[in-house]
Amino acid sequence: MQLDLLHVDPLVLAAIAGMAAATYFTRFIGYWLVRHRPVSGRLAGALEAVPGALLTAIIAPMALATGPAETAAATLTVLLALRLPLVVAVAGGCLAVVVLRAVLG
Amino acid sequence: MTASPSDRRGEFAAGAFTILPLLVAVVPFGLLLGTLAAQKGLSPLETALMGATVFAGASQFVAVEIWTTPPAVALLAATALMVNLRHVLMGAAMAPHVRGWSRGATYGGLFFMADEIWAFALRRGAETPLTPAYYLGLSLPLYLGWVATTTLGAVFGGVLQDPARYGLDFAFTAVFLTLLVSLWKGKRTFYPWLAAALAAVAAHQLLPGVWYIALGGLAGTLVGACQGPAARGVVSGEATDAA
Repeated sequence: MQLDLLHVDPLVLAAIAGMAAATYFTRFIGYWLVRHRPVSGRLAGALEAVPGALLTAIIAPMALATGPAETAAATLTVLLALRLPLVVAVAGGCLAVVVLRAVLG
Repeated sequence: MTASPSDRRGEFAAGAFTILPLLVAVVPFGLLLGTLAAQKGLSPLETALMGATVFAGASQFVAVEIWTTPPAVALLAATALMVNLRHVLMGAAMAPHVRGWSRGATYGGLFFMADEIWAFALRRGAETPLTPAYYLGLSLPLYLGWVATTTLGAVFGGVLQDPARYGLDFAFTAVFLTLLVSLWKGKRTFYPWLAAALAAVAAHQLLPGVWYIALGGLAGTLVGACQGPAARGVVSGEATDAA
């Protein structure tokens, strides 16, 4: 396998630039906006709900609708994360999914 | 804000010392992200460029998860925007603490506003005025560490042939589950997340592609809008002060 360390595809560059611009926009716009008016009411409720809702939406199919091994490993990951460092919970979840897939098929 | 060079050095060192334990925790995540990026065909330089210009872990994990060849440029940018919407609230909360900063320091500093840096900056600001030097002390080690570890992961991750064998296809789900645990705030979060999960699973069964992410996120956000803001929101309190 040839490792092309310094390869840069123009479309990949465009995607990265788009992501960077979008991310920087989210980082400065909140500061910029409150100079005019405070965020409150339903808008604040909506913005507050966005990160958790998105993260949940992203993982829900894998965690809930793939198979018993994935759902069990997801549950174990959450339980580990409640008590232990997050890195340990991630490692435990990955280990669990390997073992459970072998056991449950 | 006037400060002597030795004051600035002290502030920088204090910030760097504060962020150091977190730097250790970031290493495995950076290596993991680089590994996953290499699995999707991103070169180490492309991975380094993404880390250096985006510098937002969660959105980079999502981007790599939905990455295709050739990449869907608009979808990736829109997804980064949605995943990082929380920064809008975080930036609003930063406003009172950067009032004495120059324009360059403010808009430059906001580039580095990752979750951990934001949290430590606000903690500092609650005790003593937050200086650009302290903020840079928080930011620079984490930034350099993130770019270095994601790049290393991409260099060595490409060698790994079957990620599922090591459960790495599940790693991304596990990372987000742990982030969700740290975001959990009881009933306030339960209903938006339930709506997001139901909508996402349904959309995933019925629609092609990654529409389930946008639809699930939208469902949860609408429930959040119906709930309204937290009784003592960071933003409503701090922003009034800044306005």
